Amino acid sequence: MYSFDYERPSGVNDAAASLGEDDKVLAGGQTLLPTLKLRLAQAGKLVDLSGIDELKGISSNGSELSIGAMTRHVDVADSAEVRSAIPALADLASHIGDAQVRNRGTIGGSVANNDPAADYPSALVALGATVHTNKRSISAEDFFVDLFETALEEDEIITKISFPVPESAAYAKFPNPASRYALVGVFVAKTSGGVRVAVTGAGPCVFRQSDMEAALSSDFSSSAISGISTDASGLNSDIHASAEYRANLVSVMAGRAVDAAS
Amino acid sequence: MPVENGIGAAVRRKEDQRFITGNGNYLDDMNKVGQAYGYFLRSPHAHAKINGINLDAAKAAPGVVDIFTGADMAADGIGGLICGWGITSKDGSPHNAPPHNSMAIDAVRHVGDQVAFVIADSLQQAKDAAELIDVDYAELPPVTDISRALSGGAPQIHEEAPGNVCYDWELGDKDAVDAAFASAAKVSKIDLVNNRLSPNPMEPRAALGEFDPGSEELTLYTTSQNPHVARLIMSAFLAIAPENKLRVVAPDVGGGFGSKIFVYAEETVTVWAARKINRPVKWTADRSEAFMTDAHGRDHVTHAELAMDDEGHILGFRVSTKANLGAYLSTFASAVPTYLYGTLLNGQYKIPSIYVEVLAGFTNTTPVDAYRGAGRPEATYVVERMMETAARDLNMDPTEFRMKNFIQPDAYPYETPVIMTYDSGDYPANMNAAKGLIDYAGFAARKAQSEANGKIRGIGCAAYIEACGIAPSAAVGSLGAGVGLWESAEVRFNPTGSVTVFTGSHSHGQGHETTFAQIIADKLGVPIESVEVVHGDTDKVPFGMGTYGSRSLAVGGSAIVKAVDKIVEKSKKIAAHLMEAAVEDIEHEHGVFSVAGTDKQMTMGEIAFAAYVPHNYPEDLEPGMAENAFYDPLNFTFPAGTHIAEVEIDPNTGVVDIVDWAASDDFGNIVNPMIVEGQVHGGVAQGIGQAMLEGVVYDDESGQLLTGSYMDYCMPRADDLPSFKIDTTGTVCPSNPLGVKGCGEAGAIAAPAALMNAITNALGKDIDMPATPEKVWRAANA
Ligand SMILES: Cc1cc2nc3c(=O)[nH]c(=O)nc-3n(C[C@H](O)[C@H](O)[C@H](O)COP(=O)(O)OP(=O)(O)OC[C@H]3O[C@@H](n4cnc5c(N)ncnc54)[C@H](O)[C@@H]3O)c2cc1C
Repeated sequence: MYSFDYERPSGVNDAAASLGEDDKVLAGGQTLLPTLKLRLAQAGKLVDLSGIDELKGISSNGSELSIGAMTRHVDVADSAEVRSAIPALADLASHIGDAQVRNRGTIGGSVANNDPAADYPSALVALGATVHTNKRSISAEDFFVDLFETALEEDEIITKISFPVPESAAYAKFPNPASRYALVGVFVAKTSGGVRVAVTGAGPCVFRQSDMEAALSSDFSSSAISGISTDASGLNSDIHASAEYRANLVSVMAGRAVDAAS
Repeated sequence: MPVENGIGAAVRRKEDQRFITGNGNYLDDMNKVGQAYGYFLRSPHAHAKINGINLDAAKAAPGVVDIFTGADMAADGIGGLICGWGITSKDGSPHNAPPHNSMAIDAVRHVGDQVAFVIADSLQQAKDAAELIDVDYAELPPVTDISRALSGGAPQIHEEAPGNVCYDWELGDKDAVDAAFASAAKVSKIDLVNNRLSPNPMEPRAALGEFDPGSEELTLYTTSQNPHVARLIMSAFLAIAPENKLRVVAPDVGGGFGSKIFVYAEETVTVWAARKINRPVKWTADRSEAFMTDAHGRDHVTHAELAMDDEGHILGFRVSTKANLGAYLSTFASAVPTYLYGTLLNGQYKIPSIYVEVLAGFTNTTPVDAYRGAGRPEATYVVERMMETAARDLNMDPTEFRMKNFIQPDAYPYETPVIMTYDSGDYPANMNAAKGLIDYAGFAARKAQSEANGKIRGIGCAAYIEACGIAPSAAVGSLGAGVGLWESAEVRFNPTGSVTVFTGSHSHGQGHETTFAQIIADKLGVPIESVEVVHGDTDKVPFGMGTYGSRSLAVGGSAIVKAVDKIVEKSKKIAAHLMEAAVEDIEHEHGVFSVAGTDKQMTMGEIAFAAYVPHNYPEDLEPGMAENAFYDPLNFTFPAGTHIAEVEIDPNTGVVDIVDWAASDDFGNIVNPMIVEGQVHGGVAQGIGQAMLEGVVYDDESGQLLTGSYMDYCMPRADDLPSFKIDTTGTVCPSNPLGVKGCGEAGAIAAPAALMNAITNALGKDIDMPATPEKVWRAANA
């Protein structure tokens, strides 16, 4: 780790104001700290968000669930409000990493990082969530731009994520045997605006499987998508799985998610 | 009458209190006054020539004490690392042993190769300074795959090893095997890859060097499985310091699995540098370094053929293996694919003739050496995958095929065609026990049920054998070993009756403090709480060959028994004097000495006290109660058994669910069944890891290590494993006083073959380890 300065402000505006060009905000540190320790990244200053109360907490008004950026995975997994509004989201959070990671890692950090194998991006896109920052509100689909790339500007801080409550939803994850991140994860949501199928892990960035969405909109059953394949050409290929295998897993996991959501 | 906490009792491990409360004494917990920190600059390239190293900017960086390179060590007369086992090729020539410098001098040969050692007041400063070192590399093309390395035209890694060959070795009677194949009614063939593994002990390697300018004594604290051997090699071959001026201490060590047997560059550099700077210096590997530099295991490519008559009796066995030894020869690397492998290819079977040839070579990869099982897992994998394939070719139940060819219980001692003499066993009994545990007969019904659920079920076994308790010194000496493989012990009574046992074995998780105390409790009636086991310090223990090859109990334990025998002999003389009887009339049982035919008796504690306070004492006897023993085994020991795995495969994803596991192991007598069960669990877990999850991957083009962290190298976790059904049906080992065989590696030896036999049984076709979901999915859907 290279040396850096450290600040722990108590308000979002203070935090944003103190963010210089080489600085980084620190949430749960589960991604950022290992990167710093391995000297793969360097920060002039870490601005720790853990002292900002307004970034924490979960609230629901029946049609919308709102989760503060600094809410930890374990809190989402265990939340009665999440379990009653969008049980699939609690289930997703309960399968992120291991207990230590869930006790530190946050939804804001996960979303800001946009790891291609992270779980949350699929939920945000399938549920049509909105990412709120200190500056604006961004729809999930506009937010996740590309591999580790989001719409966030340098001094922009995620404050909360809001999720419209769906009719039903489910997440099916095929964990990478080594890292237990998603080798492929498929989040299926039946919403008032139609069915949405979002895939993580398979490609460089979360994406919607529109053929499946169309089929499921007329018949919400796993048999309706059993013949639909995903083009492997844009998918990831690495030592863990080829693009072809990932494409197969998209079909299998989508079927399982639909079964679970039906 | 059994003694409390004696031999056979499932005693909880004494050492665990200290470990699980965080009070262990591991190397990185140690700090010395004035200690500096060392950091290795390592090669980012798999293969490159070094044109120059400029240290100027780095040496001027804040906090830097000094920076050393391989040239500095050479200038100081420090030799290179050695390989301690000479292998002779088919043509009679000795194996090619290229130089193995602790730090690179003119070339680097694998990613992570040591280039410079930076010492600073803090680790951060050392790392900062390392970034300022300017190394002028001229990159060379690398090769990581052994088949490619040994085929013509591959990059040449060492001048001293033309064609990258280390040796071309053979064992067995080629003509007899050729004749067997010529007369065979049936021949089965198989091609196998034994995947490369990273050892992954929980505690990374570390070293702390300290120099005392007054006594000129150097001390190396290190994560070693055999500190005396490390001292011997560093003195005799590297000239770090004379043996009497070098102390090597291996304190609590957090796992080794073989990887901490070897003498590593980092240890030698650290202790040498401590004298150069006249200051203690500590180096601790981080996990990335562990992946790059801890000696790897396995990495074989094998073709095997089995000749049979028309009734399925085995006539001959032919094996040809290519072994990847990595970039340099590690300490015992040469022995693993030869005498620890070829000699076990007889398995549990009556095989009239066997011939094996092994072509071993260099690649631009981390050195490969012994890893849990060392050679025997490779042998078992070949033998047991071969047996399964033969049975399938014959359309015979694989367990029946094995039963038909097993060496029978009345056939011992049994001489194999590959120079081993098996001493005891009952292979059919272990096979039957394992089949009973897993309800082998009910498999067909379970398979039908799985099929109805859209799943594919498979069952497979491995009837393994291994050679432990290494080893008779004369035997290994005749095969090229540079050392003897005996063990030492001292049993020292204190005047108040408590006991300190000094052992040359080294516990790095095996539970010696408990097992060895149980032996003392059993033999001498001393409560285990009053027995202290001391190991791992060349200044305390007489000498030791260390712990590996499941040898600690069979060899180290036998040395303790031998010392105990001397204690008993002396005690009888003291007891005879004190009770006014003839020595021949003194009887001894569990620490109580009595005069035959009378009610006169004395305890071991009373006698020990008399030995140290000899007011009334036999004239011709030395005072004191401490005895030394060196024990050289008569033979290897041969643990054997059968493991059976049952799996259910999801054809949609290729996920393999291990639904059941049965193990029946013959470990001979058992001192602590709880520790033995733990060893089996751990071993099987590692074996399952090899079969399904683990595998070191290099990019053959760039030579880069692609599995350099746990993000990419898959370790088995608890939820990957089934509950194990374990049985220890055994036969007493006739070749050591405890009747024990060894249990530390059995699981890792049996499991890969058992599991792959189950998976390939389900799939109806062969795939190589690791059986990842994708490979299984492709096979299931091809
Ligand atoms: C062993 C392990 C296993 C894991 N397994 C999984 C898994 O299975 N699935 C999964 O999805 N993830 C997994 N993760 C990642 C985990 O979910 C992390 O929590 C997540 O990647 C980052 O969240 P964090 O709160 O730790 O953020 P940090 O590491 O603190 O920050 C990550 C990045 O986001 C930025 N950031 C953080 N908060 C904000 C904010 N409010 N506004 C703007 N930028 C911000 C930081 O500056 C940094 O660049 C795993 C991590 C580990 C270490």
